This record gives sequence, structure tokens and C-alpha cells, in this order.
Amino acid sequence: MRLLALASRRLLASLPTLFLVLVGLFLLLQLAPGDTVDALTAQIGGGDPAMMEQLRQFYGLDVSVPVQLGRYLLRLVQLDLGFSSIYGKPVASVILERLPVTLLLMLSSLLLAIGAGTALGILAARRVHRWPDTLISTLGLVFYATPSFWFGLMGIVLFSITLGWLPPGGFEEIGAGFTGLRRVADIATHLLLPTVTLALIFLAIYLRIMRASMLEVMTQDYIRTARAKGLGEAGVLLRHALRNALLPMVTLIGLQAGTLLGGAVVVESVFALPGLGRLAYDAVTQRDLNTLLGIVFVSALLVIAVNLVVDLLYARLDPRIGGRT
Amino acid sequence: MTTRRAVLASLPAFLATMQLAREAAAQAPGSQTQAAGGEPRRGGVLTAHMSGEQRILNPALRASTGVYVITSKIIEALVDLDAFGRPAPVLATSWESAPDGRTITFKLREGVTWHDGKPFTSADVQYNALELWKRHLNYGTQLQQYLDAVDTPDPHTAVFRYSRPMPLHLLLRALCDLGYVVPRHLFEGTNVLENPANTAPVGTGPFKFVGYERGQYVIAERNPTYWRGPAPLDRIVWRFITDRSAATAAIETGQIQLSAYNGIGLADLDRLGKDPRFTVTTRGSEANAFNNTLEFNHRRKELADLRVRRAIAHAIDVPFFLENFLYGQGKPAAGPIPSSSAAFFPADAKPPYPFDKRRAEALLDEAGYRRGAGGVRFSLRLVPIQNGEDVPLLATFIQQSLQAVGIRVEIVNYDAAGALRAVYTDWNFDIATGWHQYRGDPAVSTTVWYRSGSPKGAPWTNQWGWQSDKVDGLTDQAASETDPAKRKALYAEWLRAVNEELPIWMVTEREFQTVISKRVGNALNTPRWGSADWHDTWLAPG
Repeated sequence: MRLLALASRRLLASLPTLFLVLVGLFLLLQLAPGDTVDALTAQIGGGDPAMMEQLRQFYGLDVSVPVQLGRYLLRLVQLDLGFSSIYGKPVASVILERLPVTLLLMLSSLLLAIGAGTALGILAARRVHRWPDTLISTLGLVFYATPSFWFGLMGIVLFSITLGWLPPGGFEEIGAGFTGLRRVADIATHLLLPTVTLALIFLAIYLRIMRASMLEVMTQDYIRTARAKGLGEAGVLLRHALRNALLPMVTLIGLQAGTLLGGAVVVESVFALPGLGRLAYDAVTQRDLNTLLGIVFVSALLVIAVNLVVDLLYARLDPRIGGRT
Repeated sequence: MTTRRAVLASLPAFLATMQLAREAAAQAPGSQTQAAGGEPRRGGVLTAHMSGEQRILNPALRASTGVYVITSKIIEALVDLDAFGRPAPVLATSWESAPDGRTITFKLREGVTWHDGKPFTSADVQYNALELWKRHLNYGTQLQQYLDAVDTPDPHTAVFRYSRPMPLHLLLRALCDLGYVVPRHLFEGTNVLENPANTAPVGTGPFKFVGYERGQYVIAERNPTYWRGPAPLDRIVWRFITDRSAATAAIETGQIQLSAYNGIGLADLDRLGKDPRFTVTTRGSEANAFNNTLEFNHRRKELADLRVRRAIAHAIDVPFFLENFLYGQGKPAAGPIPSSSAAFFPADAKPPYPFDKRRAEALLDEAGYRRGAGGVRFSLRLVPIQNGEDVPLLATFIQQSLQAVGIRVEIVNYDAAGALRAVYTDWNFDIATGWHQYRGDPAVSTTVWYRSGSPKGAPWTNQWGWQSDKVDGLTDQAASETDPAKRKALYAEWLRAVNEELPIWMVTEREFQTVISKRVGNALNTPRWGSADWHDTWLAPG
């Protein structure tokens, strides 16, 4: 019950934000020169005025900006995201097709980054200033400093072209008609490289945060107390140190959920994945306002959901926070 | 298959394209077959690269290479180019023009059915011509603007009636791109722009549409009842890969066998060309010549001066650019009609303003723009109209070259939609650089770059603030001249006039590059092969 109350309160509080984001984006996009008909003409490499005029009418671009905005908001309150001009279908169904790919990529990357980041961070903190720490910290810096598209391309060169172990792109084997476990395995091999590519930069951040906060926590009095009462080293580490050291990391995960979505744009392009990130990019270059606003709407909901989970995690990790809500 | 009348009717066009024919014969049919190792084999899935996703898959509504690449296998046109670059029968079996050029009669192929089983008849052609080509299709609206009616005396005859003479050569050449026929029974009485058949195409072609997964692929499978007989390939898959490096990786790992129309980056083209598994060539794209352009805004007083425009052309070392930036792809243009267009290219045409820096400086001095403070004569804003990786390269090269003769250039970057708006609607540029695509006949999409009278905002038309009665007159005269020899002479005169006045400058002349696996047989055997029907294409085992 408390959870439900918290969730609905969060959602309610984010409604004005959502509204402002959508209206702001709508107006911002009016500043970009050219509309979706210009983009279409540029793409097909030839247009004529008659066709362009017809299409402007068809896409509802022949009325003033305030009227367009009004029409959009009116549809939005009826939970209608409108029609995508790139794909000629309702935006909701376009996004629903793409959402699973992005969610899968985001979640697996996030899990990998958190899991590996935490483990490496603890390891580095336990062996601070010795060779494992130096190695891990250096690797972390390299991962953090290298652009992810480069990692992706090098991964393709090594694992797909040279070694031939993994497919260079795509979500699954086209037209292979796999079902059940075979399909899961097929998608997993396709997603391995993109997941690692997207995860590396976040992994680097998490491992550094983890290392720093572990080092700090390990000097606290309660750690000494735990040791004094005769707890084994593993127990001290997991039950006392890790739990407290996780708080700053959880905060960061919440903040970075949006960034992860941004990183997905690059990774999805490099690996030809049909996800939301690439859809957003196409929507911008094609000036497909409805689709873009729809994606922002869905992404905002995703970020809100992630932050809700983070809040709940806080309460679980630190009962003092839960007590106040 | 071809009737005698068809042969006779296409004779003038044939004579005019003799040179191209000889060139094509030297290299055309079979060269790829050899590589793929002998006998055509039935079966296999050919996967092709698409660098961008089209909004609709209906070539009767949208004239675009990206649309043709997919739909030309599913939907057929009245005619298509044969190996020698001549319009050859497809859905039309023969054609004949009345002496006054106002009536053109097509005989249509009998026994052809749509993929949904209904028969193809002249009523379909009538509907497409009047309702789609004339009313919606880009370039079609202009080509067919004087089309008054299409009579259908019987199910296999369509008579096109024009209010002005229509040159047969122009119509036939244009119909290869602008003459695709979609089923009347699916479109009539609907809002054609919202019709579901726009993304699930139904046609008469050798392959039937199977599915379109947005952002991933389009699949088509063999049509067992195709009128030429079933095609060798089981299926064709087009995969959407937007990142060029990713597309190269897909080619190298064998995920895709083909990337046409410059889908692969310049550096990778050079590298793949040395790989024995692939062919990198401009063969099979001869019908799609294009130019890198330099557009002048004549509203700037400096650019309204012919001497300044000529000086700018003289200041740019085009051969150097081609050799060092484009890996030697292309050559300096002799104007807006490419040398591959044998029917129209005048034998004596040469690049009008070769690189000559001293001449450029002298012309600028003569025009009264002497070097001022810091050696700068004046400044210009350059808008690149993005169309490929070569456009920003040329923009930078123009900037550097003009700097050397004392013209400061600031590059103003937009994406494709923004650049079109800035140049063609807002006229907010001094110079611009993009592409001009030649479509087999100057009247299709080339003369509009020079003819005055296009409404503001129409892209790839004369929006330069320049007008010439002579050029306008020649354009109109040539567009309705039915004698091929006279038409060619008119366009030669037109070419001289636009090269003389230089309202805009065609910098390079280029053809599209295709990368294709040597496993593909009967490939690249027509001049617009990427947009051909692939009814005979086959795949050797990998």
C-alpha cells in the first residue's frame, strides 16, 4: 500500500514536468529549419511544389504553429500520440515495436555495468594501491575515455570479421524462423556485442564510485565494530560495507537512466538494431514531430519508472529514508 | 517478344544511343556471370543493403531511387532500359506516336496478372497515368502536365492524349522511372496517400511482397506465376543499415551480398575493391549520373557579376579534388548533361572553366573586387546540402580554394531538411553545394535547374535569382520537339548557353558505386540494374 502511494505520488508530481517537456520540445523543434516534407524531399532526392503542398496538407502542416500545438495537446489528453509521418502508422504502435529491443539492450547493459562495476570496484578497494587496483583503475579510465561507437566498431572488426564468432549487427537472423530457446540464443548472440559496448562506459563509472565509497565506508567505526564482534571478513564486506557503499551508486543509476537511452542511439546505429534510440534519431532528421514527442513521452515515463525503483531501493537499503516517506 | 512496330518506333532513340550501346556491349551482359561461375542456379536468398528507410513503397506515388530499389522487383513499369540503355518492353509491348506527337499509343502485355490474381489491363494504366503520375508523382506531375486523357479502346491498348506534342524518346525514357503501374482496384476510391498498399505493395513483378519490419528489413519471395517464368532467386531481403561502417561489416561477413548507390563509405569502397570476393564498380548505374554542384545566389551583387562566377570556377582545382578526396571517382563536368548520356551529350563539350588561379585573380580584380585588409576581397556563406560524405568534403575544398584567391568562405551547416529550406525556400545563402541528378533526359529533372518560373520553395529548381529568356525559350522548345535530331541540337545550344552564363556550376560528373559479392550472377547487366526487376539474377552457393 505504501508502495502504491509512493508510486502514484511520484507519477502525479511528474505530470507537470512531462507537460513542460513536451510543449518545450514542440516549440524547440519549430526552430529547426525545414519540416517533415522538406526532409522527405531531401531523402527522395526530387520533389515538386504540387506534391509538397499536398503532403503539407496531409501532415497537417498547413496551419499555424499554435493550432498545431493545440491539436497535438488535444490528442495527447485523449492518450493518442498521433500518426508517424515516417512510417505512416500510429506512433504508439511504432514505439511499441521498438521498445522491447531498447529495453532489452538497456536492462542487460545496466545489469552488466552494475554487476561487473560493483565486483571490480570492491576488488580494487580491497587491494588498493596494489597491482589489481592499478589494473582495474587503468582499465576503468580507458573504458571511460573511449567513445562507445569506436568500441562497437572494433568489436565488430575483431569478433565478427576477423574471428567470425558473432554477427556484426541486426537483432536476429532475418527469415530464419527460429522459435523458443533457439530464438533466445540467436537474439543473445546478436545482443552480446551491443550490450558490452553500451555497458563499458557505465561500468567504468560504477567501478570508480564503488571503489571510492568502499574505501570510505571501510574506515567507518561500524566496520571496526563489526570486526570487533568477530564477524568474518565476507560478512563485514557484504552485510555492512557493501550495503552502505551502494547508496551513492544507486543514486547514480537513477540519474543515468536517461543517459543510457542517449547512448543507445549510437550503439543501435552501429549495430543496426531497430530500437528507440535510432527511431529518435530518424525522427529528428526526418522532422517527424509526432514520433519524436511520442518517444520523449515514453522515455520520460521510463526514467520516472527507473527513479521510482531507485527510491524504493533506497528505502530497502537505508531504512531511515523509508521512514520519512 | 518485341513487335516490329516497337522496333521501328524506338529506332530513332536507338540510333541516338548507338555510342552508349557500343560502350555497354563492350562490358555489359555476362561479365558478372563469369565471376559467379557458370550456370544460373535456382534458389537462394539475396540480401541487399538499404542505407535509408523510405516512408512508402509505391513508385507510382514517389519517384526515388530508394523506393525503386525495393519495389522494382515487385511492381513493374511500362518500359525499362535494356542492356544497351534503350527503353525496352515490360508491361507495354509496343508503342507508336502520331505524326503530330500529341497521341501516343501503347499496346499492353496480355495474360499478366496482379499478385492478388486480378488481370492487368489498360484500365490500370489509365488510372495510374491520370490519378497518380499526373497528380501525385514527383517529376511525373511535370512530365504529364499536358496529358489530357488516356483512352482504353480495348483491355490491352492505352492511348495517351496530350495537348502539346510529347517527344516519344522523352516519354519512354522517363517512363522507365516514372511509369510504374500499381493496381487500380486497390487504389481507386481511397485516399491514395493513406492506402495500405503503399507499404505492402502489390504488383505484377517477379517477386511478391512478404513483409516489412520497420527499421529492420523488407522481404519478397518468388512469384511462381510471373509472365516471364519464375525467377531463380527464392527470396530477396533488403536490410536497413544506416551506419556505413556497419554496412561494410555486413558485406564482409556475408550478411549482405550487395550495396548499390554509394551505400558504402569512400574509404571502404577503395579497400573492398581490392578484395577478391567483391566487385566494386559503377557498372549497372550508368543511367544514374549525378553532379556535385555549386549554386550561386545572384541576389548577392558580387555573384550577379559573371566574371566573379567564372573566377570562382577557375579557382577550384576539380581534378585535384577528385583524385585526393574522392579516391579518383568521377571527372570534371562539361555542364549539366553528363557524357554518358549519348543521346544528348554534344561531342565537343568540355569542362568550361578549367583550374587557373591567375585567371581567377585577374577576373576578380577586373570585376572591381581587389584584395583589402588581410588579403580578403569579400566574404561568402556556403550552405552544404547534405547528400553523402562527398558534400562536406567539397564544401571544405571550396572554402580552401576560394581562400587562396581572397574570398573568405564561412560554411553554414544544416541537416538535409534544414539546408533545403535555407537554400530553396528562404534563399538564405550566398553559395551552396549539393547534387544534381540527371535522369536520362534533360527535360525530366535538369532543365528546371535553369528554367525560370518555379514557385519559391521548390527544391532543385532555379531559385538563384537568375533568369535568361534565351535559356527559357530553348528549354520550352526542346521539351516539345518530337524530332530526336532537332532535340539533340536544341539541347546542345542550351548547354552552350548555360555554360556561358554559368548561373550555377556543375563541378564534377560522377556515377554511383556498387559493391557486390561475386556470388551474384546476371548482375549489373542493365544501366539501372539496382532499380531493375532482377528476374534473371541468381546466387551461387556461398
